[in-house]
Amino acid sequence: MGIVAPCRAHFDDCLTLQCGVTLGGFDLVYETYGTLNAERSNAVLICHALSGNHHAAGFHTPDDVKPGWWDTCIGPGKPIDTDRFFVVGVNNLGGCDGSTGPVSENPATGEPWGAAFPTVTVKDWVRTQAMLADRLGVHRFAAVIGGSLGGMQAMQWAIDYPDRIANAIVIAAPPKLSAQNIAFNEIARHAIQSDPDFLGGRYYEADKRPRRGLMLARMIGHVTYLSDDGMGTRFGRELKSGDIGSAQDVQFQVESYLHYQGTSFSEKFDANTYILMTRALDYFDPALESDGDLVRAVAETNARFLILAFSSDWRFSPARSGEIVDALIAARKDVVSAVIDSPHGHDSFLIYNERYFEVLGGYLDEALRRLDT
Amino acid sequence: MRRDLEIIAALIKPGARVLDLGCGDGELLHHLAREKGVNGYGVEKDAAAISACVAAGVNVIEHDLDEGLARFPDSSFDMVVMTETLQAVAEPSRLLDEMLRIGDECVVTFPNFGHWRCRAQLATSGRMPVARHLPHDWYSTPNIHLCTFRDFELLVNEKGLPIIERFVVNGDHEFQAHINRFPNLFGTTAFYRLGRAPR
Repeated sequence: MGIVAPCRAHFDDCLTLQCGVTLGGFDLVYETYGTLNAERSNAVLICHALSGNHHAAGFHTPDDVKPGWWDTCIGPGKPIDTDRFFVVGVNNLGGCDGSTGPVSENPATGEPWGAAFPTVTVKDWVRTQAMLADRLGVHRFAAVIGGSLGGMQAMQWAIDYPDRIANAIVIAAPPKLSAQNIAFNEIARHAIQSDPDFLGGRYYEADKRPRRGLMLARMIGHVTYLSDDGMGTRFGRELKSGDIGSAQDVQFQVESYLHYQGTSFSEKFDANTYILMTRALDYFDPALESDGDLVRAVAETNARFLILAFSSDWRFSPARSGEIVDALIAARKDVVSAVIDSPHGHDSFLIYNERYFEVLGGYLDEALRRLDT
Repeated sequence: MRRDLEIIAALIKPGARVLDLGCGDGELLHHLAREKGVNGYGVEKDAAAISACVAAGVNVIEHDLDEGLARFPDSSFDMVVMTETLQAVAEPSRLLDEMLRIGDECVVTFPNFGHWRCRAQLATSGRMPVARHLPHDWYSTPNIHLCTFRDFELLVNEKGLPIIERFVVNGDHEFQAHINRFPNLFGTTAFYRLGRAPR
């Protein structure tokens, strides 16, 4: 993908969120890859998950060690082919990578919003993404694509803007969270909130960060992103240091992995945003407005759907994706579903897998042919 | 289009809701969607076949028939089709019940183990028959529940399912007079269109 640069869109519009709070204006940071065609028909929106952002592909500087979070999948000749699609990545409202969020200044107080930043929902995100699309001159997306929390946004897009989305690609996402899913999120939130440096979410003013809490939250998250088998293959019982025989200062590889992931995450991610994102996950339930009936919730959609799940994903299992598939069939909607055999658990949606990329790429090829005719 | 699929396509009303179990590359559904405005879904477990469906723009659900069809509600389809798959599933009898729970009607095709060549091979060589319509050795065949037309009809009668139509063809999917006279001896493949058991 090469070097890419983020852009900023400022919206003066008053935005009343689903929770009832009105923002006087807001910013969204986004990136685009590829070229919007003359018919403006080849735009693809990439929706990010819990800890993602607008930087989905390419590098910001030649010295960057890591590319964007979905660089394996987005780029020339890749399944989301930037030679053919105009790809938009956006940092969601409430994020901590440039879009308006808890880190931003609350105009009413002149201080950062912190934990007082209003609750945002998947529905709010979709609405602000549509406002960004208007700004970019995109009326109808060829596809809205996302994994996990991103997949929920793709689904919400199909429901809220049936005429603005040709294909909804929902990867490793359930129709709503289970009690177990919410429980894991609550443990993560509690870890953050009980860190003495959290200070009720007003840690910016004290020039502190709840690193320990955020690290713990991320460590728990990572356990749910991997599978038992995947962890076994990757780390087994390998030792990083020490000797079990003498029972001294033993550290297993998996501990080292979790510590590393937790520490690096706690340095770069905002704790209030993490809480906000997990809340958005918990509250997501597109069937709520139709008395819990998912079939009715998708009744007015016009998009074609691709629903992908991964065999070893226990966070959002294939059975949960299947609930979406079954509702779409009952509602007589076009749908393709595949369960990709992968050992990497929920993380599979970010990792190269021959069949995964074949199905995704093949679906997008066909979608493009369909749009051309 | 494959000749056997043409025969099935002719049995399906325009605009029908069709579930195709073991849909392969989606050829039947592709044809039905284009020519008859059918709202169809294929069920398939083979990765290459699913990719072919995706490329053809056919609705396909990755699902193993041996896990049963509980995910599909009662009377959710007009027609449930299963071509050349019945003999390869773990529980053919239960699957047949499921098909007519989900669909108002079903079409089932399968290879005839009672064909005279099969009978002759078993009688003369004393070995499991291998024929054009049954090309596998016994140890590697996916066809684990082979039956003859007569066997199948006994099961259907036992369940009280009405046979609305039956077509029997040769290995080239052609209709021939002598096949109709002795279908269980000369027929290679049968197409059964079945309805629900009267209550």
